[in-house]
Amino acid sequence: MTSQPTTQQTSTPPDRATAPLPHDENVPTPARRRWLMLAGGFALVVLLACLPLLAISLPGVLPGPTYTPGTLQVLALALLVGALALSYHLLFGVAGLLSFGHALYFAVGVYGLAIVLDRTDLPLLPAACVVLVGGIVVAHVVGAISLRVTGISFAMVTLAFAQAGNVLVRRNPAGATGGEEGLALDTTHVPDALVGVMNTRNLYWLALVVLVVVYAVVLWVERSRAGHVAAATRENEMRVRVVGGRPYLVKLLVFVVAATLATAVGMAYLLLQSGAVPRVTSADFTLTLLVMVVLGGVGSRWGAVVGGVLYTLLDQRLGALAASEAIAGLPSVLRVPLSEPLFILGTLFILVVLFLPGGIAGAAQRLSHRRRREGARDLMEESA
Amino acid sequence: MSTIVLLLITGLGLGALYFLVASGLSLIYGLMGVLNFAHGSFLTLGAFAGWEVARRLGADSWGIFGLALVVGAAVGAAFAALTELLLVRRLYERHIEQVLVTVGLALATVALFEGTWGSDPEFIEGPAWLRSTTDVAGAPIPNDRFLAIGAAVLVLVGIVLFLRYTRFGLIIRAGVENRAMVTALGIDVRKAFTLVFAVGGAAAGLGGVLASQYFGYVSPHLGAHLLIFAFIVTVIGGLGSLTGAAVAAVLVAVLQQFANYYWGVGDLVVVLLLALVLLVRPSGLLGRSA
Repeated sequence: MTSQPTTQQTSTPPDRATAPLPHDENVPTPARRRWLMLAGGFALVVLLACLPLLAISLPGVLPGPTYTPGTLQVLALALLVGALALSYHLLFGVAGLLSFGHALYFAVGVYGLAIVLDRTDLPLLPAACVVLVGGIVVAHVVGAISLRVTGISFAMVTLAFAQAGNVLVRRNPAGATGGEEGLALDTTHVPDALVGVMNTRNLYWLALVVLVVVYAVVLWVERSRAGHVAAATRENEMRVRVVGGRPYLVKLLVFVVAATLATAVGMAYLLLQSGAVPRVTSADFTLTLLVMVVLGGVGSRWGAVVGGVLYTLLDQRLGALAASEAIAGLPSVLRVPLSEPLFILGTLFILVVLFLPGGIAGAAQRLSHRRRREGARDLMEESA
Repeated sequence: MSTIVLLLITGLGLGALYFLVASGLSLIYGLMGVLNFAHGSFLTLGAFAGWEVARRLGADSWGIFGLALVVGAAVGAAFAALTELLLVRRLYERHIEQVLVTVGLALATVALFEGTWGSDPEFIEGPAWLRSTTDVAGAPIPNDRFLAIGAAVLVLVGIVLFLRYTRFGLIIRAGVENRAMVTALGIDVRKAFTLVFAVGGAAAGLGGVLASQYFGYVSPHLGAHLLIFAFIVTVIGGLGSLTGAAVAAVLVAVLQQFANYYWGVGDLVVVLLLALVLLVRPSGLLGRSA
C-alpha cells in the first residue's frame, strides 16, 4: 500500500506548467531517501551497540574512552533520556498535547519498580509487567480527566496531577518511597548481569534496546490510522469531528501509549541509576523534557532523540565545566551564571525558540532543502 | 472552635498569597492568551529584592518594611515589563512559543537565583509585630496573616478600580472581550500588554515579600512552589476571570489548610478539587463557558 504513492511521486509529472526538472542521480528520490535513512539508522544502531567494545575518546564530550563504565553510564543515561524525549514527542509533536505532567508516568516506572522489587518477591520481569499495568491504569485515569479540557488548561491540569505525584513521593506514605532521600534499588531479584559497575555495558545495551523499541512503537503509532487522526486533531479538531472522527478517544490513546513508554523507560532508568530520587517526579523534570523536544525540533522523531541526548551530555559536561578551575577564576558576574548548567540551558532554549524555529531538525531540514534547491538550479543552468 | 478559626484565617492568608500570583496570571492569560511560567520568578525576585532592602537597612522598622514592599513590587513590575518587551512581544500570537519562552526564562532565572543567593532558604527578619500573634475568638493568629489578607484585598480592589475607572482599564477590559475589535478601532493594544504584565509582576513581587514573611524564609524555589497552586487556582476560578481567581484562591487555600490539619493530605485534596471542577464545569467556576 505504501509503495504505490511513492512510485507515483518518483516519476516526474508530465503535465507541469514549468519545464520538468531533469532527473539526476545525486538528488535522491523519496523512496531512495527512505532506504538511505533506514540503512543509516541501522548502521548507527550497530555502531552504538559496538561502542562498549571500542576505545573511542572524545575529550570534552565524554568523560573517558567509550569502554569505561563511567562513560557508558553517561551514554546509557543519554540514550534513555532520548527515549523519554521520544515518548514526549508522541504527545507534543504528534498529537499536539502540551503536557506538563509527563514526568508522572516516568516516575511511576522508576518508583513503581523500586517499590515492587523492595516489597515483594517477584522476579524482575513479572515485577516490570505489574508496574507497566499500573502505569497504564494511572495514565487512563489521569488522561481521561485532563483531556476534558484542551490547550493551556490541559497543560495546567497535567501539571497539577504530576505535582500530586510529587507530593505523594515526598510525603513517603508508609515508608514506601523514602521521601526526600529516595529509594535504593533492591537487587535481590535483579539478574546479576544487570548489577554492579562492571556490568554497566549490559545496562548500556539495555538502554539501547529500550531506545530502539520506543522508536519502533512511536513510528508504528505515527503511521497507524490513530496516529493520522491524532495529527489531524492537532491541526484542526473541529474538522476531525465534522468528518466523524472521535478526537477524544484518539488523544486518550496517544496519551496512554506515550505514558506507557515513559513508564518502561523509567524502569530501565531505575536499573541504570540503581535508585529513585524525588527529582524525577518534579515539574522541572517535565519542563526539561519539553526543552529537549523543542531543542531537537518539534514534530521530528530523530530531533527528539538528538535533543534528549544532546541535553543530557550538555548537562553533564556543563556540570563538569562549572566545577573546573577555569570558571572558578572568573569574576563573579561571569562565574555565577556559567556555574549553573540550567541557566545556560534555559538561555539556549530561549534563543532556540526565538531564533531557530523547528530546532535542530528544522535547521537541518532547511539546510538540506537549500542544498537540494541549489543542486537543482545548477542542473537547470547546465541543461539550458 | 479556636482551631477552626486559626485554620480559617491561616487559610485566608495563604489564599491571599495565591490570589496575588493568580491575579496576574489570570489577567495576562485573559488579555493575551499567554500562560506565564515565569510568574514565579517575578515573585521570587520581588521577595529577594525586599529581603535585600531589609537586610541592608535594618529589618525591624515599619518604614523599612514598607520600603521593602514597594521595592519588591517595583522590581517585580520592572522584570515583568522587560519580559514582555524583550521576549513575549517577539512571538506575538504564537501562544505555544510564548509559553515555551516563559518556561525557559523560569528555568534560567531560578538557576541564576540559586547561583546568586544559594539554594538554601534564607530566614528573614521583619517588624516585631509580624512575629507576634493576636487573639481572635481564642485562637492565636500570627499577625503576618492579617497583613497578607489586607494586601490582597487592597490589590483586588485596586485592580478592579483600575479596570473599571481608568482609560487603560477600559482598553484592557475591551481587549479581553475582543482584541481584534480594539485594534481595529485604532488603539495600540500592545501598550496594554506591557501594562498588564507590569501590573501582574507588581502583584507577584508584592506577594513575594509577603510570602517570605508568611513562610519565614526566602528561597529560589519560593515562586515555583506558589506558582503551581496559582495555576490550579486560575483553572478552578476560570481563566481570565479576576473575581474567579479571588474566589478560587480562598476556596483552595482554606480547603488545603483544613485537609492538611485533619488528614495531612492538603495538596492531594486540592488536585482532587481541580479534577472535580473540571468534570463538572470544564471552564472553571466563573469562566466563560467554552
